[in-house]
Amino acid sequence: MAKITFITKDQESIVVEGTAGSVMELAVQNNVKGIDGDCGGVCSCATCHVQVDPASADKLGEASEIEQDMLELDDDANEYSRLCCQLQVTEALDGVVLNVVK
Amino acid sequence: MDNNKCCVIIGGSHGGVNVAFSLRKEGWEGKIVVVDKDPNLPYQRPPLSKTYLTVKDESGYIPLKGEQAYTNEGIELLLGQEVTKVDKSTQSVELNDGTVISYDFLVLATGASPIIPPIKGIDKAKHLFVMRNIQDVKGIQAALESGVQKVAIVGGGYIGLETAASLRKLGLEVIVFEREQQLLPKVKANVLSEFLLELHQNNGVQIELQSSVSEIKNECQIQTIITSEGKAFECDMIIMGVGVYVNQTISNQLELDYNNGITVNAYCQTSAENIYAVGDCNTHYNAIYDQSIRLESVQNAVDQAKIVAKSITGTSEEYNSLPWFWSDQYDVKLQIAGLTIDADNHIIRKEDEKKWSIWFFKGDQIRSVYAINNAKAYVVGMKLIQQNAKLDKEKLVDLNEKLSPKTLLIQNEINV
Repeated sequence: MAKITFITKDQESIVVEGTAGSVMELAVQNNVKGIDGDCGGVCSCATCHVQVDPASADKLGEASEIEQDMLELDDDANEYSRLCCQLQVTEALDGVVLNVVK
Repeated sequence: MDNNKCCVIIGGSHGGVNVAFSLRKEGWEGKIVVVDKDPNLPYQRPPLSKTYLTVKDESGYIPLKGEQAYTNEGIELLLGQEVTKVDKSTQSVELNDGTVISYDFLVLATGASPIIPPIKGIDKAKHLFVMRNIQDVKGIQAALESGVQKVAIVGGGYIGLETAASLRKLGLEVIVFEREQQLLPKVKANVLSEFLLELHQNNGVQIELQSSVSEIKNECQIQTIITSEGKAFECDMIIMGVGVYVNQTISNQLELDYNNGITVNAYCQTSAENIYAVGDCNTHYNAIYDQSIRLESVQNAVDQAKIVAKSITGTSEEYNSLPWFWSDQYDVKLQIAGLTIDADNHIIRKEDEKKWSIWFFKGDQIRSVYAINNAKAYVVGMKLIQQNAKLDKEKLVDLNEKLSPKTLLIQNEINV
């Protein structure tokens, strides 16, 4: 079980709990605005862009090459950017804070 | 805004659902009703031929939005119901249970359906499927449970090839019949067709090119596909992936202008002012390619949905998106930026055997990029096509040159 906090563009804080699947699916299930996941979670559309709160950045591994490349589609991407369809919900993510970019 | 108004959306897939949510985002306060005959909470279609087919649990079923989201946004979902009648003069739709709903705005997100060609013997075919919705996948899975071993896929396009890859992953014997002399016959570079041919053959798929199916025989418990050349192939299951036709029942009733799809203007408005059409079912003008086109893609459905919502709420914006697509087969990720419809030449940049890209041009102007395991090429392509850029082709094929918009632009074109 991991508790994940999404902070939307209009500063709404949404705390959700998940056990499996991707963070994108968890966000969509919980109606987190700004996370669309148009491609269904295969790193093809860049519509699930989040920026990890620097304080919880060490809970996540590195983005893959393809994920990094896809992030370049978005001019708002920075060093904390991730496509959350590529983040699997595991215990390791417990407590992570993600800022939704769109 | 008048909250007594009602917008009825026929079709609850990517297009229809996104119109509903986008309407709320744009401040529409009226009623929103989405009708779809599929009883499942609206879901992602692309995973059906990919992940969903290969997993036994429900992890491939990804709803477009959580159920709560519809309640929160006040979107009424009428699932498992069908619109049987529409009346332009009274501005109302009638459902199969007799319910009549009046609309102020009507959105047709009615999509397309797989073609089942009139092949001799097809009415008696065993385990015959298409690939469009959850019921199709469940049907295929149930048939596999019952002991199907040999699957024939008719059509070597994206749906056929993705399905072939998924079925191979499950360990089935797969044979693909393609009528033309190459896979993905619509693609303007046969280097991609050849690459995919080898990929599928290496993964154990039998590919029969220039083979159209002329008959399906069922004799003594054995199902056989006969090609036009008279060759016979045994199979337990047949999956049709030979393209789709636009669902026209509703648009015909409304007598809307039609040209290979429901004709819409830049705001996705049909020939009737308060009726819109989004996604696979419409033909629209694309300014980037200066042509009227009909697209079958998630991107087109989702982006048009936003345009419809803006138009209905009075903040009109013209549809002007660059089309993009993707396909996943085995460990190959194909990403496509733009269309090749007006391209007259192409070149290939090859990082290695597995990672490469095809760049399609009209003269020196970049029109489309097919990126194979190369998201960088896709992203750079998207940006350059949007800029209407002319590229330095020598630099493009030079692997010492970085793949970036800046390096690839013809020098005197920068800042123009």
